[in-house]
Order: sequence, then structure tokens, then C-alpha cells
Amino acid sequence: MSRADTAGRRPRRGRRAVSALMTMLTAACALLVVGILVLILGYIAWQGVSSLSLQFLTDTPKPVGEGGGVGNAIVGTLLLLALASVIGLPVGIAAGVYLAEFGRGWFAGAVRFIADTLTGVPSIVTGVFVYTLIVLPMRQFSALAGGVALGLIMIPIVTRTTEEMLRLVPTSLREGALALGAPQWRVTTGVVLPAAASGIATGAMLAVARVSGETAPLLFTAFGSRFFNVYLDQPVASLTVQIFNYAVSPYDEWHAQAWAATLVLMALILVINLSVRLLTRKKF
Amino acid sequence: MYHQPPGPATEYGARFRAWDWRRALSPTGNVGDAVFRGALFCCALLLVAVVVLMFVEIGSNARLSVAGFGFSFLTGREWDPVQGEFGALPFVYGTVVSSLLGLLLAVPFSLGVAIFLVEQAPRRLARPVAFLVELLAAIPSVVYGLWGIFVLAPFLREHVGPPLQKAFGWLPLFQGTVTGIGLMTGGVILAIMVTPIITAVVRDVLAAVPVSQREAALALGATKWETTRIVLANGGPGIAGAIILGLGRAVGETMAVTMVIGNRPEISASLFEPSYTIASVIANEFTEATGDLYLSALVELGLVLFLVTFLINGAARLLVWSVTRGTSGVGRA
Amino acid sequence: MMTATVPVLAPGAGGEQSPRHEAAPAKISVRGLDFYYGRAQALHSISIDIPGRVVMAFIGPSGCGKSTFLRTLNRMNDTIPATRAEGRVLIDGQDIYAPGVDVVELRRKVGMVFQKSNPFPKSIFDNVAYGLRINRLTDSRSELQGRVEEALKDAALWSEVKDRLKSSALGLSGGQQQRLCIARALAVRPEVVLMDEPASALDPIATQKIEELIVGLKRQYTIVIVTHNMQQAARVSDRTAFFWLGKLVEVNDTEKMFTNPDEKLTEDYITGRFG
Repeated sequence: MSRADTAGRRPRRGRRAVSALMTMLTAACALLVVGILVLILGYIAWQGVSSLSLQFLTDTPKPVGEGGGVGNAIVGTLLLLALASVIGLPVGIAAGVYLAEFGRGWFAGAVRFIADTLTGVPSIVTGVFVYTLIVLPMRQFSALAGGVALGLIMIPIVTRTTEEMLRLVPTSLREGALALGAPQWRVTTGVVLPAAASGIATGAMLAVARVSGETAPLLFTAFGSRFFNVYLDQPVASLTVQIFNYAVSPYDEWHAQAWAATLVLMALILVINLSVRLLTRKKF
Repeated sequence: MYHQPPGPATEYGARFRAWDWRRALSPTGNVGDAVFRGALFCCALLLVAVVVLMFVEIGSNARLSVAGFGFSFLTGREWDPVQGEFGALPFVYGTVVSSLLGLLLAVPFSLGVAIFLVEQAPRRLARPVAFLVELLAAIPSVVYGLWGIFVLAPFLREHVGPPLQKAFGWLPLFQGTVTGIGLMTGGVILAIMVTPIITAVVRDVLAAVPVSQREAALALGATKWETTRIVLANGGPGIAGAIILGLGRAVGETMAVTMVIGNRPEISASLFEPSYTIASVIANEFTEATGDLYLSALVELGLVLFLVTFLINGAARLLVWSVTRGTSGVGRA
Repeated sequence: MMTATVPVLAPGAGGEQSPRHEAAPAKISVRGLDFYYGRAQALHSISIDIPGRVVMAFIGPSGCGKSTFLRTLNRMNDTIPATRAEGRVLIDGQDIYAPGVDVVELRRKVGMVFQKSNPFPKSIFDNVAYGLRINRLTDSRSELQGRVEEALKDAALWSEVKDRLKSSALGLSGGQQQRLCIARALAVRPEVVLMDEPASALDPIATQKIEELIVGLKRQYTIVIVTHNMQQAARVSDRTAFFWLGKLVEVNDTEKMFTNPDEKLTEDYITGRFG
């Protein structure tokens, strides 16, 4: 008695049609999402270009009708990023090294979990925290507060990327150095870190790019200013806050400046992202 | 002959000298190692300290408001700082509805893109498309807000609102005047912002499903879509985690939402009406808060946001980790 | 039911050599098959006839192409990008690589069991029922249940799981999971069952159960089994094919292959001079 089965009783074409349909639907989803991206970036470029000028890049904000620019905001953003990096990178990388090289046991697990969860905490909460910690005692807004806020946001991101990059370094490299009699700290600083250097740099730069777009925490830490400022204990302007202020204002001229400032900000972020890609491609 | 019998002092002294104190500091007994490890440990400890400090600082600054209003803070419907009324329900409502709407819109598309990238697209197409989707996450929130005000809001006002109202106007959800600024716009922009995160995590989850599962399905005569359904079944908890992660992000999103949601502390059934989220009210009113109670109330809102997102993200990470074993994309959120 | 000591010769292969196998038309007939991974050629001009209702074993050292060849028989290699097959693979007289062939139906007809068991994250029942459901092979719930029971009995697993069909398949032991995968493959009533080292990840007792199962299945199915364990091939198979570096060196009745092979290379491999 043959137990071989004949083909399925329902038409098989139905199943193939469903499969083909789903393929088309998922492709359509991808198309839609990419399309929205192109729409947004294209609109920014289109609107922003018309207001860009050298004067715009170097001038300070002026009352409506008198032109003005975002020169001080650019300087302010760069200052805040530098401050954030000084605070966030050393601590973040050090914590990442700890987790990767010594991270066994419950404490490391807890730190990892906290770092991961911290990356999801809204930046405005960090802003509130820094406000109560620094702004209230100082009784004024300051670049320092803004830098600390951004630095705190950077730390968990940098920690995790550093750890992941270090984990990619093969154990054989470490063992080879240890077998030569080098103490652990020499192995880590002299062999492992250089091997993972480009990866760690990538993670660091991506974190910087990420915080360069932050607005909410700066609203009540660095606050904003209409002047150039490089003093840490004074409020400082930033591109993001400036864009916000212009965007919600009722003046068309300021709306146009908001688009132009956006273009400058996006250019900054794009430069960071692209140089990261270039760095990593050169290595391989 | 004077011979002093060994007393307690000399005995302890001998024990101290005998104890290898160097080895206790670090496994290798090397001083450099001990210092290095100690310094790194402190930095890692700093992370934990920061979180604890955040709870303490925010908590203590919110104490005034917590003591004054208790639980009715979250259930009170009136937010009138001038009168001293601080009911946060409108913000809770706005946050919940806008986030849920955003998720509702984002999840199908994110899943579609992730399935496309992992299961359908040839490798050479998948990489640039994946890069472009990730680029969406690199756009700052304030830029989304700007685009939302001048592009999305008019679009919804002219081409989406009226048809919706004509078709479903009998539902309280779609009543009221369509201004382009309101819950719906907030929800849509949240959907766009949350999509790259959900997509990235779901991609990792699907890629972590072993090839043997796909082969098992194919060997039984499954079509491509049927095989994909098996992959999705394998990734179940991870996908749930990705969605919750997206929810956490949506709840905390500040600038873009502030710029398109209208910022009116009112609870209304219609999606076209303006609303207010917890993050938005903090952003808008923090610098203008007069009086300790006002400020404390806003800080309390910050505390609520902190706790909620901490819990949501913790749960999400656990779910995702259970499927990908901790190798999922880092720094994506 | 086999006794505890499994005989070296599979029943039916000893004594009465080839005549019975040669007279019946070959179930699977391969002519001049070349297979490429990208530009690297993995299989060189393979030609072989696999008769119906026998157990055919593929042996050879690692990387000799036996698994690759197995997977060409149900076109599983299609899922790997940049692969190419040239030549003819005829099953029941039809070339499965011809354009327009329904691969989905081919895979229902030619089932596969993998090296490491891969049950779906579903219940035991749903695992076995999966193939039946997607191929719409049953009309009613009772028919489905009957087919699942039949498959589990064929795989010698029914008595162990009949009280917990709804529990997760992942809770079974390794050997049980593999038998579940076999039941899953049998449920759709294939004509050929391909097995890629099905017992290599199992302990000796579980392995023995699988081998007994294979010998029992021969009555209804054509079985092709890839194994790196020559004793296993000698125990369960009727015919054996020896592969080396992507070429088919020798095909013979198992008893002859292991006692008096035709090729010197085969003899060297069997006696352990290499591999």
C-alpha cells in the first residue's frame, strides 16, 4: 500500500500568491520609510539653502528685520560638545574597559543593565537633574551645566560601545601578552586598547553626534544667549535651542533662519557620521 | 635570662607580616594592576552613583509637591499654576495617547522594514537601505519638530484630516476642527521617530534566529512567507521588547512633540484637538516656573517620567536580551 | 523490533546482492551533476542511481561534498546565495532543476532531517502538524490528529509523548527532539527522506534508537543518510556511496563496500589509512 501523499488539496497558487504579496508589502514599507527620510532631508536642504550666507554663519541673532545669524550658536554648540566630551568620554571609556576586562559577576551585570537602561531615559530628565544639581546652587544658567548634562547623556552610550568593541578583540591577543609576563594593566593599555582604538573612536564620535542634536536638556541648563560666550559660568547659545526659539516664533524671517540653522546642524552631524564611516572603512 | 612570652601584640604583628596583603589587592599581586583596576572600578561605580544621585536629587526636589498633593497629583484634571492647581492628568493622557498612536502607526511599518531587510532583500540592497533607515534616528528631535510644524501639520490639515472627518466623523475620535496641530500630528511624528529604533532591534532579533529554523520550515515545503512566520515565532519575546523600547522612546520624546501638539492642558476625545505631554510641559514651563511649589510640581513630573521610562526600558531590555543574548545593537536607543 | 545487538548487515543486503535493486527503476537518478559555491566547484560530475525503498548511505571525509550533494536532492542549496547546479537530478523521472518546477511541492515529497534537531518553538503536536497544516493535507481536526499520531508512532516517539502533546517541544531531550523532527518530516508522507548525520549530536543510546528507526522506515520510504560514522553506515544501509573531494568514488552494496570494495581509495578510507 503506497503511503505517498498526493499534492495538497487546496490550490498551491494561493500560498505562493500570499508569499509574493507579503514580499511586496514589506518592500513597500521600506520604500515608504526611506521616502520619508528623503522628504525630510530634501526639504531641509531646499528651505535652508536660501538663507545661508557667510554673514549668517558669523553673526549673532538680531531683532526681526535686521538679519542676524547663528555664529554664537555654532560656537556655543562646539563649546558644549567639547565640555561634554571631556566629561563623558574618559568616564565612559573607563567604565567600558572595566566591563570588558574585569566584568564578571553580579556587579558588572548590574552596571551593564543600568547603562543600557540609562540610554533610554529621556534627555529632559537629565536636564532636570542637572538643573537641581548645578543651576540651582549656582543661581544661574551656565555652559558648565549644559556640558555636564550632555556629558551625562554620553556616558552610558560610550560605555556600552567601548565594551562591545573591546570584546571583539580576540582573547588570544591578551593571552599572548600575558604569557610574556606583562601585568594586566599593561596588556590592557598597550595591546587591547590600541587594537580596539578605531572602534572606540567610532563609538565616541557617534555619541558626540547624538548629543549634538539634543535640545531639551539645554533649555534650562545652558539656556541660551544672544551673544558670543566662552565662559563656563555664563549661559551659552546653541544651534538646537536657537532652532527651537526661531521655529516657534511668529516671524517668517526667523522661520527661514531656523531652516538655515537646521542645515548647519545637519551638516555638522553628517560630517561626524561620514568621517566615522570613512575611518572604519580605511581600517578594513 | 629574661624571656618574654609571646603576647597578643607580637602575635598579631607576626600574622600581619605573614598575610600576603599584596595578593589581596589584585589577583596578580601587582600594584599597577590594583591601581588600574581600582580606577576603572570607580568609573563603573560612577555610573551607578549617577543613577542613584538622579533619583535622590529629583526625588528630594519633588518632595514639596509630592507631600502637597499625594496621589491626586496624577489624577487631578486642572493644571492652573496661577491658581495653585497642579493636576497632571491632562499630561498623562496626552503622553499615553500620543505614544500609543505613534506605536500603532510605527509597529507595522517597522516590522515590515525589518522583515524586508533580514528575510527578503538581497545583501547588496539591504545594507544601504538599513543605513538610510538608521539615518532617520540621527535627525535631531528639534528638526523633526520644525519639519512637523511647516510640512506635516499643513499636510495633515489639508489632505488627511478632512477625508478622515468625512468618513469617520461620527466617532468622537475624529470630531472637532482640524488645525493640523494636535494629538494626531504628535502621534504621526512620534511614529516616524520611533520607527528606526524598533526596526534596528527587530533586525537584530530576527538575525539572531538560527538558520536551522528556516531550513526546517523550508524542508517541509514552506513558502518564503511561511518561513518568515516561523522566524517571527522564534523572535517573539525580542519583538515584544523592541516595541516596548519604542514605547519608552515615545514617552520621553520632548521637542518634536512640543512643537506640534498644541500645548493645551485639556483632555479631549478628539485626535484633532491640541494636547500636552509630560515632557512638553516640563520643557515649556520650567524656566517660567514661579514659586517653589510650581517648580516642585514640574520636578515631580520629571520624576514620574524618569521612573516610567526606567521601568519600561528595563523590561524591554530584559525581553530583547532573552532572545539575542546581549548582542543586540548597542547605543541604538 | 531489533534486538539489542544490531547486526552488521542490514537485512536484505546480504547474500542476494544487486538483482532486486537493479531491476526496479531508480527512484533518484543523477547524471553529471556539477555544483558550484560561487566560483569554487564543490561537486564534480556526480552520477548515481538511488533505488526506491532502500537505505543509501553517503560516506567520506569531512568536506568531501556528501552533505552538499544531499542538499541538492531537495534543492535546499537554493537558499544559499551564489550557488549553481549543472547536470540533471531526476526524481521519478523528472528533472527537479528544470525551470518551472514547484520547489515547494518537491520539498514536501523529499523530506529532510538535519544534523542538529531543530524543533519549532511550538508544542509537540503543532510541530508535527506544521507540514500538514501549511500544505493543507488534511480536511478535519480528527484527520489531523490521526496523521500526527501516525507520524509519531512511525518515529517511535508516540508512547513517550502521547500524554503531553500540548507541551513545548523544547522540553524534550536531544534524542527525543530528533525523533520529533523525524516525525515532523514523516507527517507529510514524503517519498524520500534525506538525513544529514542525524545521530551525530546524540548519545549512544539515542543513536541506537535512531538507527533502529531508520531500518524500520525503509519499508515505506527511500532513505538517504549522510554519515561520518562508517560503522553506522555498515549497520543501517543497504547501499553505500563513497565521496572524496567532491567526486563520487564508488557506489556499491554495503556488504561488499565494507569487505571487498572495488576501488583502492575506498579501501584506504575504510581501513582508516586517511580521513
